[in-house]
Amino acid sequence: MSEIISSTGSPSPTDREFIDPSAPLLEIRDLDVSFTSDRGTEVPAARGVNLTVYPGQTVAIVGESGSGKSTTAHAIIDLLPGTGKVTGGQILFQGRDITKMRRREMEALRGDAIGLVPQDPMSNLNPVWKIGHQVSEALRANGRAKNSADAKRQAAQLLGEAGLGDAERRLKQYPHEFSGGMRQRTLIAIGLAARPKLLIADEPTSALDVTVQRQILDHLETLTADLGTAVLLITHDLGLAAERAEHLVVMYRGRVVESGNAREILADPQHPYTRRLVASAPSLSARRAETAAGRAEVVERAEQIADAAALDGGTLSADVAPEAVAGAAPHDVLRIENLTKVFKIRGQGPRAAEFKAVDDVSFTVRRGTTTAVVGESGSGKSTLAQMVLRLQTPTAGRVLFDGVDVDGFGRKEQFAFRRRVQPIFQNPYGSLDPTYSIYRSIEEPLRLHRVGDKRSREATVREMLDRVSLPSSVMRRYPNELSGGQRQRIAIARALALRPDVVVCDEAVSALDVLVQKQILDLLSELQAELGLTYLFITHDLAVVRQIADRVCVMQNGKLVEEADTDAVFDHPQQDYTRTLLNAIPGAGLITSGDR
Amino acid sequence: MSESALFEAQTRFVADLEETPLGTTDQVDESTPPGGLWLEAWRTLRRRPLFIISSVIILLLLAVALFPGVFATQDPTHCELQNSLAGSTAGHPFGFDQQGCDIYSRVIHGARASVSVGVLTTTITVLIGGVIGALAGFYGGWLDSVLARVTDIFFSVPLLLGAIVCMQAFPDKTVVVVALVLAVFGWPQVARIMRGSVISVRSAEYVTAATALGASRTKVLLRHVLPNAIPPVIVIATVSLGAFIGAEATLSFLGIGLNPATTVSWGGDINQAQNSLRSDPAVLLYPAAALTLTVLSFIMLGDAVREALDPKSRKR
Amino acid sequence: MGWYVGRRVLQMVPVFFGATFLVYALVFLLPGDPIAALGGNRTLAPGVIAQLRHQYHLDLPFFQQYLIYLKGIVTLNFGTSYSGLPVSEIMAQAFPVTIRLALLALLFEGIFGIGAGLIAGLRRGGFFDSTLLVVSLIVIAVPIFVIGFVVQIVFGVKFGWIKPTVGPEATWGELIVPAMVLGSISFAYVLRLTRDSVSENLSADWVRTATAKGMSRRKVVSTHVLRNSLIPVVTFLGADLGALMAGAIITEGIFNIPGVGHALYQAIIRGEGPTVVSIVTVLVLIYILTSLLVDLLYAFLDPRIRYV
Repeated sequence: MSEIISSTGSPSPTDREFIDPSAPLLEIRDLDVSFTSDRGTEVPAARGVNLTVYPGQTVAIVGESGSGKSTTAHAIIDLLPGTGKVTGGQILFQGRDITKMRRREMEALRGDAIGLVPQDPMSNLNPVWKIGHQVSEALRANGRAKNSADAKRQAAQLLGEAGLGDAERRLKQYPHEFSGGMRQRTLIAIGLAARPKLLIADEPTSALDVTVQRQILDHLETLTADLGTAVLLITHDLGLAAERAEHLVVMYRGRVVESGNAREILADPQHPYTRRLVASAPSLSARRAETAAGRAEVVERAEQIADAAALDGGTLSADVAPEAVAGAAPHDVLRIENLTKVFKIRGQGPRAAEFKAVDDVSFTVRRGTTTAVVGESGSGKSTLAQMVLRLQTPTAGRVLFDGVDVDGFGRKEQFAFRRRVQPIFQNPYGSLDPTYSIYRSIEEPLRLHRVGDKRSREATVREMLDRVSLPSSVMRRYPNELSGGQRQRIAIARALALRPDVVVCDEAVSALDVLVQKQILDLLSELQAELGLTYLFITHDLAVVRQIADRVCVMQNGKLVEEADTDAVFDHPQQDYTRTLLNAIPGAGLITSGDR
Repeated sequence: MSESALFEAQTRFVADLEETPLGTTDQVDESTPPGGLWLEAWRTLRRRPLFIISSVIILLLLAVALFPGVFATQDPTHCELQNSLAGSTAGHPFGFDQQGCDIYSRVIHGARASVSVGVLTTTITVLIGGVIGALAGFYGGWLDSVLARVTDIFFSVPLLLGAIVCMQAFPDKTVVVVALVLAVFGWPQVARIMRGSVISVRSAEYVTAATALGASRTKVLLRHVLPNAIPPVIVIATVSLGAFIGAEATLSFLGIGLNPATTVSWGGDINQAQNSLRSDPAVLLYPAAALTLTVLSFIMLGDAVREALDPKSRKR
Repeated sequence: MGWYVGRRVLQMVPVFFGATFLVYALVFLLPGDPIAALGGNRTLAPGVIAQLRHQYHLDLPFFQQYLIYLKGIVTLNFGTSYSGLPVSEIMAQAFPVTIRLALLALLFEGIFGIGAGLIAGLRRGGFFDSTLLVVSLIVIAVPIFVIGFVVQIVFGVKFGWIKPTVGPEATWGELIVPAMVLGSISFAYVLRLTRDSVSENLSADWVRTATAKGMSRRKVVSTHVLRNSLIPVVTFLGADLGALMAGAIITEGIFNIPGVGHALYQAIIRGEGPTVVSIVTVLVLIYILTSLLVDLLYAFLDPRIRYV
């Protein structure tokens, strides 16, 4: 057992009385961390980081991917991955330098004094051990349980405390029987099992749905407040950080660029990076009036161009079925009627169970506008997108494109339809073929549809790259050499190469860092105005919706629960579920500089 | 929460802009030369000693197999019993075997049989296994079920055992026959790996994207799925090339492989060497060493290629 | 779990028929006269040929022949060999020896392969790891008959530590060294598999979580790294039992062990087609059964599989 922690039983208030509340619990001084690359060079990941956490306090480190926030957190608990090591500075925990500790001392400190709630709930529980075993382990490793019966009893108590009902039964289950939210609750129970004085929460909820995220964070907040645990919250979400922490530390490229009281930083960011971050954070959405005006302008231009193009006869309906045009409402490019999709899922037995992914959904999409479909995981929004793209066949109902039922399409019509409706997917790492050069990726649709000759196709590729603000020199490069945001630009360029009418964006910006996300959203708006595009925007993130959508469809469990103009949804939500979603946006209620 | 900077160590801090300059969000890194998946794998490979050593040996082996006359002037089938088991003399560095044949020359000329069997068998297994695995993995459904059972059936007969049974039926044991027999029992492994690889690639978003762009099923399979599914097959092909050479030698060793009267082979010579093993182990040593070196270099090459093509080690 | 077992067993049925059919067809349908092959290098008199054709049902349509053969498998009636002994009796004498040999080999590769692989995986990139990798590469590359001869000559003849050949009793003690030869290649595979698996699991997120709980390194390695790494290794070992028995032919030949491989080898040399087919069929069946058991073992070891 560690020498600094005297008690071995369950925590009592007297434990905390030994701690001087005005002396720092954790103090990081000029911390340098670097990783060794394959070629043996040292790559710094954190440089000169300073940070202080007082007992019972919540401090948040905010930054984008690659900012060094997770590296800093892992250095504190001496669990840097791979070749990472501390190359300078001090990490003082209750005055003792962690970087100089021996392995045994560190083992004594972990769990007992410093707990960890890791990032990804899916990969952080060992799939072959029961939940009960994994929670009990945390108790036994720190001498908190007298025997296995006691460990079991306490483990059940911990799970209940973390908000998992029916804890006795849960103990006997395996991780794969749990949902993401349940696993995250289990990880919180593990992190707090030995009643640490400091809890490092590394993006504890970023893999979860917003409503679950809010519940879990609320719970964590109550729990740590009751126990007097200090929390070091690592997050990419400025709104979430400001909402949960008193003190903010903003990191950028391995350095701390600004730190101080959370609300002060939000109200008056000083460093240009922080300013940029505050301005881009979708959840803080300071510029609502401004955005609304901007959107109106975009839509006006887009509608003009799109309608003109439709009259020119460039649309599919003119190619395929001229007689159908007469009956169609010219402004509605997409009409979704009673769309239903039933999946057969193989259960444990020989008979397949039925699962209604999309249930009787109807709405229309106006030419030149953006319609957002919002929902949490399992709401059926992606299945809906797949049906619109004709990548899945509906079980019932129909999709009308320019007034024509897409289900009746033969091979030729379908090919023509593909040219008019293009997708942009979520994963910027997965949507480009790694064996294709950028040039080949963007050229592929042109070649498939036999557009132009080699020279004109190259001209189109250059033009597309220019439209998405990338230099034409990237043509010769491959996807693995580009960043996530750049790949998403390439995916946009590929989708636009054929000059489609409708672009279906399936979580197109969800995997990107806020600044890049903002850039891509701006780019999409710009292209919409220039090319008269219609967007069907599938997302789980209501905060993003406000920035780009004109109309919102809220989906829950396969059903469309609310459909209205964006402002109406945000100002006067009609349904409880929509209200829950709105309330769950982190930092939604915070006042920021833009409102002044 | 109105108390700002309650603690002295938490007063407002703003970094010096000089020290923390803002980069353009998301600029293109133009510092490295462009390179795709294959080019990068090649760049990784050519620096690896394992790759360099094994490919030098393999190139040498290929040269020996193609032009044995350049490396050994002696006729390997010219044997004089008076030289039986004689030690090394000038022009005969490895000495003579029991029949009085020049061992050096036999080792050199034995390369051709081994390499031909290895290359031929690997080509056939990759073609059969690759096609079956790709079709099963890509189309799924009943086709997959049927092909998976067929693969299971052939897989359930161990390579050596099946080959032993099969070889009996052929009175004329040529290189082609041995290669065909080994391929009959060798392809299921390639098929399984190809199937798994295709299944994992099939669900990638770029495959869905290609479908949405209007590419047909066949085009998607040939242009997107196959090129991305091939790396594990290359690895297994390299390693099994070595394994097939070993299997051929084992069959020859058992006396049911290549006909020793018509084909000079390492396995056959090792079989012959059994008789004089205790008196003169060197007779066994040379063909065995040649065989081991060959198999080893293919396994090392496979290892090096695996590391270079491993998706886990790829830069993201 | 029950459903999973049922499905795996059902999938084995077509494989059983397919594999037995394959083996049968290979011997009796391929080019070459089976009767001529039966005679080996001798030329048989026409009367003998006709009698043999009848004895082996070769005068019946092919499919009927297969059914008779299948009936033989099910009733364990494999016919008689040229020496007059029932094939089933030859197998009854030979199989226990081979099973002993294969189990010893399995034990050897399991204990040493997992042990060495664990150490190498924990110290990836270190001296021990690099040395073992080179050794394992060489062991995989050297043909098993070369290993066998070298061991026999060096330890059996030169130093006289072991008996160069095994007696007719084939006791456990006599079989230890041949078992090590038989298991040598799989030992190298087990070592590499364990090493890769351990070093991969070491960087798994749940291992970091376990360390963050405050568990000692020893405990983390035993409960989270080793436990998970053993899943692929144990399934490999299970599948290897069948492969070892089939592969024993070389080792048994070299050390003169009176096992199945030896019987098979003799049958091949004498050209006794029916005996060869019978032995091979039984070996294939063992192989199919062990792979079924491995699948079930896998489901037992990995809770995620049970519910698929």
